[in-house]
Amino acid sequence: MSGGLAFVFGLPLAVAIGFYLLAAYERRAGIATGPGFFQRNGLGVGTYLVVAVGFWAFFIILLPQLAMVDMSFRPKLPPAQMGGPKDLYTLENYRYFLFGSTTSTAEWNWLHIKAFFLTIGVSIAITLLNFAISYPLAFHMAQSATPARLRVLLLLLILPYWVNEILRAFAFRVLLSSGGIINQMLMGIGLTSEPIDFLGADVGLYMGLSYAYLLMMIFPLYNAIESLDKNQVEAARDLGAPWWHIHAFIVMPHAKPGIASGCTLVFMLTAGALAAPLVLGGPRTLWFTPIVYDRFYQAFNWPQGAAYAFILLVTCIVFVLVVLKAFRLSLGEITR
Amino acid sequence: MAAAVELEGVNVTFGDFVAVKEANLTIEPGEFFSFLGPSGCGKTTLLRTISGFIEPTRGAVRIGGQDMKGIGPNKRPTALIFQNLALFPMMTVAENIGYGLRVRGVPRHERDEKVKNLLIQVALTEHGHKRVSELSGGQKQRVAIARALAVEPSVLLLDEPLSALDLKLRQHMRTELRAIQKRVGITFIYITHDQGEALTMSDRIAVMNAGVIEQVGDGRAVYAEPRTPFVASFVGENNAIRGRISALEGDIATLETPLGTLKGRNPVGLAAGEEALLFVRPEAMQLRANGSTVGFEGETLDVAYEGSVTHVTLRAKTGQKITASIGANAGVGLPSAGENLRIGFQPADGLLLARPERH
Repeated sequence: MSGGLAFVFGLPLAVAIGFYLLAAYERRAGIATGPGFFQRNGLGVGTYLVVAVGFWAFFIILLPQLAMVDMSFRPKLPPAQMGGPKDLYTLENYRYFLFGSTTSTAEWNWLHIKAFFLTIGVSIAITLLNFAISYPLAFHMAQSATPARLRVLLLLLILPYWVNEILRAFAFRVLLSSGGIINQMLMGIGLTSEPIDFLGADVGLYMGLSYAYLLMMIFPLYNAIESLDKNQVEAARDLGAPWWHIHAFIVMPHAKPGIASGCTLVFMLTAGALAAPLVLGGPRTLWFTPIVYDRFYQAFNWPQGAAYAFILLVTCIVFVLVVLKAFRLSLGEITR
Repeated sequence: MAAAVELEGVNVTFGDFVAVKEANLTIEPGEFFSFLGPSGCGKTTLLRTISGFIEPTRGAVRIGGQDMKGIGPNKRPTALIFQNLALFPMMTVAENIGYGLRVRGVPRHERDEKVKNLLIQVALTEHGHKRVSELSGGQKQRVAIARALAVEPSVLLLDEPLSALDLKLRQHMRTELRAIQKRVGITFIYITHDQGEALTMSDRIAVMNAGVIEQVGDGRAVYAEPRTPFVASFVGENNAIRGRISALEGDIATLETPLGTLKGRNPVGLAAGEEALLFVRPEAMQLRANGSTVGFEGETLDVAYEGSVTHVTLRAKTGQKITASIGANAGVGLPSAGENLRIGFQPADGLLLARPERH
């Protein structure tokens, strides 16, 4: 086993052992008191929890990700040479993102860099759009809807998501295509004589992406706003506040954790979305995730694909952490 | 000068439910006015109607002589103090107090000056920078009052703001609220189900029951001269004995009851032969009475000593329970449980009112 793989397996194990020793030390030193984990849960349930959570965290989350990271630092080699003398750690895959192309490795790789920043920028815009769409709805559901109306709204929101993501994307395609209903209607009314190329202009892509993760925004917002005491809104109104002031200075500060959690989810999912860009992306637009997909399945360059995916992941995480910091929110708060 | 608040034929209905029925009332400027009633009697609905959160189904609300129809709560010269205070938890004490000024666009320095004065007024000078959650119950109370006073309302509406406090603090806040009202000189409209609060603080009280204002008057009038059986039994303790009027002489009427022939005042002018309820306060009852009093026999069930007063529960021969409160200085030997004795009262202390079924 090479050093990299040993690291991949060893690191999580070392962290787990470290935590165990820390817990044992705290118990011995009297910092942690009360019944121990197994005393509280019983041996059977305790063992199950340890094994299940350990398996889930290690094999399903940590291991594949770390293997990806490990792979991203290796050169692309035929299987026979893997682990051989040429299998050395390299930054070549990351360099390719900045300077690579099929013809030269000296010039900036504008194609990929542009696609990357377009993805991040458009994801931010779509997150904001999603917030603008979801906030009024979530506020209505949480503060003013009757229980009967709330049930209907929830059902209407959830039902469309029974249809799978790819089918929904194709539905948008059918709807917006040059012979689609919308173009036929526009031409029927006489607003345009030629069909408008919605798909080419990426209208379809942005619509599909906005729609795909709407629920991820609405539910955290709904939860956060629902816990706001109605009297707070009335008190502000009674003190003379206009409606926008109440939202900006009473409701939104209260719902800040929900807003952060919704925006984080939507941003992460949009930046990493694959189905909508593949199906709805216009010919001139290159979204970043299809590029990653192509590294794996068109170029058969898994190490490079891993590097690209890792770049996207780290950028998204850093961006989210910076935004949370700017809004003075801790990670713990958004899970409330 | 126009009345502070005027209600004219105000009705509020929710579907089939009548929350407030034909409320007619004039509240004077500078008055401390209370609505007293059990929960669900419509007093909070009426308060919300005055503050503008509810539009009356019928009738008019006038504040300072001006009809408030179609004017929202943010445009009315009223400020409401909520039962749970509804302070803004994400703001400091000073920001809470200054909120109403901020939304009115009062410049910062002017606002700060005003908030400072209000903090002094409610004795919270040292706490301006604190979060609301760091304050005690009584301090929060004072922040809520300061926040409402900051917008200089002509009418301050208070929705049972003391109900969450403990007894001692509640009694202290009664005095304090009254003092603040005297100092700022604006109209206070106070909602409560606690007759002690209403009686100690108010200039006038409106007693409400099932959406209807049953009686309006000062504390003494409501307590000593109730006009309906509900007011008689809701404000203070009362013994009620049913019977039929047999004779009238002046303003005293004679009543035939299952307990015997009794007498009481007849202020509402009931006629002979009418069904009536006779109300006698426990403190008007005399033990082992004779001579000029009317009364009946009863068996002592329970003697509850409460310091300044002792409550004696008796059972009359019909099974009805009667309470007598004996002051510590009354000079009467207290009975022991099981003792049979005569209980009596002066006819002037009995009050005859029509039976509710006959309304």
